[in-house]
Amino acid sequence: MPANPSSESSAQLTLSHVTKRFHGRAGLVTAVEDINLQVKEGEFLVLVGPSGCGKSTLLSLLAGLEQVDEGSIKLDGADVVEPGRDRLVMFQQDALFPWLDALENVLFGLRLKPGLTDAERAEAARYYLDLVGLADKEKAHPHELSGGMRQRVALARSLAPNPRVLLMDEPFSALDALTRDQLYGDIQKIFTQRKKTIVLVTHNIREAVCLGDRVVLLSPNPGRVRQVFNIDLPRPRRINDPALATLAADITNALSAHLAEPKEGLV
Amino acid sequence: MKTPRALVPIVIGLLILGGWEWFVRSGRVDDVLVPAPTQIGEWFWLALRDGSLASATWVTMRRLMLGFVIGAAIGIPLGALCARSSLARDTIGILSLGLQTLPSVCWVPVAIIAFGQNEAAVLFVVVMGTVWAVVIAVQESVLSVQPLYLRAAMTMGSRGWHLWTRVIFPAALPGVISGLKQGWAFAWRSLMAAEIFVVILSGFGLGSLLHAGRELLRMDQVVGVMLVVVGVGLLADLIFFSPIERWLRRSRGLER
Repeated sequence: MPANPSSESSAQLTLSHVTKRFHGRAGLVTAVEDINLQVKEGEFLVLVGPSGCGKSTLLSLLAGLEQVDEGSIKLDGADVVEPGRDRLVMFQQDALFPWLDALENVLFGLRLKPGLTDAERAEAARYYLDLVGLADKEKAHPHELSGGMRQRVALARSLAPNPRVLLMDEPFSALDALTRDQLYGDIQKIFTQRKKTIVLVTHNIREAVCLGDRVVLLSPNPGRVRQVFNIDLPRPRRINDPALATLAADITNALSAHLAEPKEGLV
Repeated sequence: MKTPRALVPIVIGLLILGGWEWFVRSGRVDDVLVPAPTQIGEWFWLALRDGSLASATWVTMRRLMLGFVIGAAIGIPLGALCARSSLARDTIGILSLGLQTLPSVCWVPVAIIAFGQNEAAVLFVVVMGTVWAVVIAVQESVLSVQPLYLRAAMTMGSRGWHLWTRVIFPAALPGVISGLKQGWAFAWRSLMAAEIFVVILSGFGLGSLLHAGRELLRMDQVVGVMLVVVGVGLLADLIFFSPIERWLRRSRGLER
């Protein structure tokens, strides 16, 4: 395996009092408010919640694509102020570049990483394409691949530059159930092998329980941390495991209970 | 057996030409006004043999290519600038939009007064015909690049020049190519107008040949040159723009 000392491959992410507002049609909208979280090194953290809970906003903030209005986000003590290859993102749509083939797409981020020779870059790109099971598709353009394969290439592209944190913004939501289950397996395999720090955003609670070490339940309007669940199930986990289903039901109940509560100020 | 696709248009074309020939020869029309295909062919053959057609085509093509390349070289960066800065969009962008609607033949008087009856004037007209369409097309296609591509590229550390050359430009390329095609069409029209209306002392192009045909009341020459003009336009599309567009669509899965 080329140029990937595991000592630098995970990190600690600290969010303190993070608040983000947007100018919406109805004036200033608070997307997330006073979020306090710590993501440990090598931890798989999942943010779940109904739409409007600000989970995607939170991920954009972590990626540095947006800036916090109040509070701070630190990666290993350094403020996150702009996008950087230490935090790579898998988006809901694959975001692969249609003018590049699979290998070139994976190489895109690697080419921007200094200190590597072209041979090392090519080797790393092929290693990660192989890791996601697409070694034979390196010459295929995105349109020649299925949705699941495209998301796999996107995963390889995010992993290849060896980011400290992998951010995933509902990357499985546009896939069919079968492909999704396969990818859950792949992600867990990569996570346990490479001990990455991963933050996943999803609205699928079963998915959250299947993948996460910790599941953070966010509540909407404005987005706040509602409850944090530790998931101690052994890996690899299967999405149809009954124990997993039970836990997911608990979280769903917690969420429904909260949504049924009367809103502050309206009572 | 399947009929080759080219066969049908060829047969229909021959039938029309045959009918036309018969119609003129039967004396129903004056062949000074409507020359028969063979008369046009005869002019064509003579003009080819004495070299006048080849040299006129060459002069015109050289002007067109040069003007088009200069126009594109100015238009592409200006369009990119307009996409990047709203100040440029509100000034150069609006100006381009206005000037694009101006028929490019309107630049001919300006060019003649400013430069005289020479190459510079012709070039100026062609460049003016090209540049505004290219500016608008580049601006629009850069502005409509999917934000997702930019977000993805930025998280991977792409910025500035790298972002422009490796992401924005490739993503905008289909729109840029159709803008260039439009610029080419405008340039071609404006060049013909300039060559027909003005005696350009520095070179005798296809437009001048057309004009001379009119002066000499040579309908065979007029129609012959028109056919060459059509042929050049068709060829430019068939051997230059269409292959690029097809390749772009295919490699991005927009066409099989």
